[in-house]
Amino acid sequence: MGQTIAEKIFAAHLRDTPTPDNMVLDIDVVMCHEITTPIAIVDLMDKGMDRVFDPSKIKAVIDHVTPPKDSKTATQAKIMRDWARRHKIKDFFDIGRNGVCHALFPEKGFIRPGYTVIMGDSHTCTHGAFGAFAAGIGTTDLEVGILKGVCAFRAPRSMKIEVTGDMPEGVTAKDIILNIIKQLTVNGATDLIMEFSGSVIESMDMSSRMTLCNMSVEAGATSGICLPDQVTARYLWPFIKDAYASEDAAVEDFKKWHSDDDAVYEKTLRIDVSTLEPQVTYDFKPDKVKDISELAGTHIDQVYIGSCTNGRIEDIRAAAAILKGKTIADQVRGILTPATPAIYSQALEEGLIKIFMDSGFCVLNPTCGACLGMSSGVLAEGETCASTTNRNFNGRMGKGGMVHLMSPVSAAAAAVTGEITDPRRFLN
Amino acid sequence: MKKFGGIAIFIDRNDINTDEIIPAKYLTEISKRALKPHLLEDLRLDDGSFDPESEELQKASVLVTRSNFGCGSSREHAVWALEVNDINVVIGQSFARIFRQNMFNCGILAVEVSTEDLDRLFTLTPEVQVDVDLQNETLTATGGDGTTVVCRFTLNPFDRELVGAGGWLTYADRNY
Ligand code: SF4
Repeated sequence: MGQTIAEKIFAAHLRDTPTPDNMVLDIDVVMCHEITTPIAIVDLMDKGMDRVFDPSKIKAVIDHVTPPKDSKTATQAKIMRDWARRHKIKDFFDIGRNGVCHALFPEKGFIRPGYTVIMGDSHTCTHGAFGAFAAGIGTTDLEVGILKGVCAFRAPRSMKIEVTGDMPEGVTAKDIILNIIKQLTVNGATDLIMEFSGSVIESMDMSSRMTLCNMSVEAGATSGICLPDQVTARYLWPFIKDAYASEDAAVEDFKKWHSDDDAVYEKTLRIDVSTLEPQVTYDFKPDKVKDISELAGTHIDQVYIGSCTNGRIEDIRAAAAILKGKTIADQVRGILTPATPAIYSQALEEGLIKIFMDSGFCVLNPTCGACLGMSSGVLAEGETCASTTNRNFNGRMGKGGMVHLMSPVSAAAAAVTGEITDPRRFLN
Repeated sequence: MKKFGGIAIFIDRNDINTDEIIPAKYLTEISKRALKPHLLEDLRLDDGSFDPESEELQKASVLVTRSNFGCGSSREHAVWALEVNDINVVIGQSFARIFRQNMFNCGILAVEVSTEDLDRLFTLTPEVQVDVDLQNETLTATGGDGTTVVCRFTLNPFDRELVGAGGWLTYADRNY
């Protein structure tokens, strides 16, 4: 019987099978940030287990609230910093070099096809875009990951998501994944790995694939995953050029991870994007999604462009194309947070930051910031935000605030008009 | 092995997420104890039937809810917020993966029962006492008027081992 990519990765990393349905895997990359890791560090210290299994396989960043906003967040950062120094964790990213984990770590080339990746963060699924098995975990799993380099999962079961058709202008990967979540509901992929395939995925850049995989967890999925191909090899080339004779050789080698033709899937979802409209959420669950035309005119107080979902250079370019030469609506507060220093600097070089600033946007340093309502753009009771982030839970961006999730182009259009607006109005 | 069960609180909603169980603003805490007053602080039910300040929540050791409990963020703080409030069992139709794993990793129970059993549990009159028999994989709930409901559940054998070992850290330290 054929295997899926997830089954192949599991088989290649299998350390133990305590039961046929439970698999303990060796982990290639354990990623850490300052919200969920310090409490793990302190607990390990309390238990006399302040060790790390392999400092070269641990990647750490301060990203959620940076620079710190108060003494508590400063203490979290300090615990991480001291720990990284103590254990000689070379890949530790502090102020000046730090950015949103799921944008920063791929950019550094840490994720490769066939890898196993864990982090105390639910959006770790983003890294599945590289053909890796990447999953969010809690603090106890993180402690074990740090200490032993292993993590336990249920035997992988996959669902196939086949995306085909012609991508209409103004429609992006964000709209596709919002539509998928709408169809599946927030519970529709629980305990499943979403394997993305089809002509639309094949022609997507890594940034879009990351957006797709990033939100797979919003349908309950353990992870999203894309088959590694030419696009993956090109992105990773600076980091793998010593390992392969050519990009083509890398692509050939990546094929060993590809799902077999007779692999078994729990279910299949087929989507033709040819008639897809830009998508927007309403209410407080990410599966509450409507076509943008149905919500057009909804009042917006703040626009937030950033996060691990849509804070990459491609997103900033797409939003800038709409903002160029325009000013944002009077009552709108526009906030841009490029996800990493490299993205920020690239955006500066391309003149995109100027476009944002001229339009009236405030540009912040790379951080998670308002995405989880901890700093840098928290909403007041009753306010609404057009946001490129991934969660619209009640209170997520501040108590009593309402978050409308959408693509960077739709968010830019909302900034210009002060209400939810079909971005295609501004295109062509 | 630790004993599981006690007085139950019922929260009749699907998809309760971890932001509702413990809001992100408390994630700056380094001690689990500090989470105690904030359990379910942001949870609102449409019919207004839930009050996070209620005595009912303070007394509860068992939480009964519907499907997909614990979805959203991976924060184990959600489990700790339950734990420091002495809630040692959550009963529902299903759980989000990371939340369920976090529960067993901490050595406490996320028990899945059928929709029919869940409906029967929700008909009981307060105050409901739940007793969990891990060995026989049954739970018995007794309502205020003496009515009892017995439900069967299946524990994944590995999860059972984790609970027996007192959590995943101890288990992993011993085995790997
Ligand atoms: S940007 Fe938002 S979703 Fe992404 S890691 Fe940061 S807080 Fe989490």
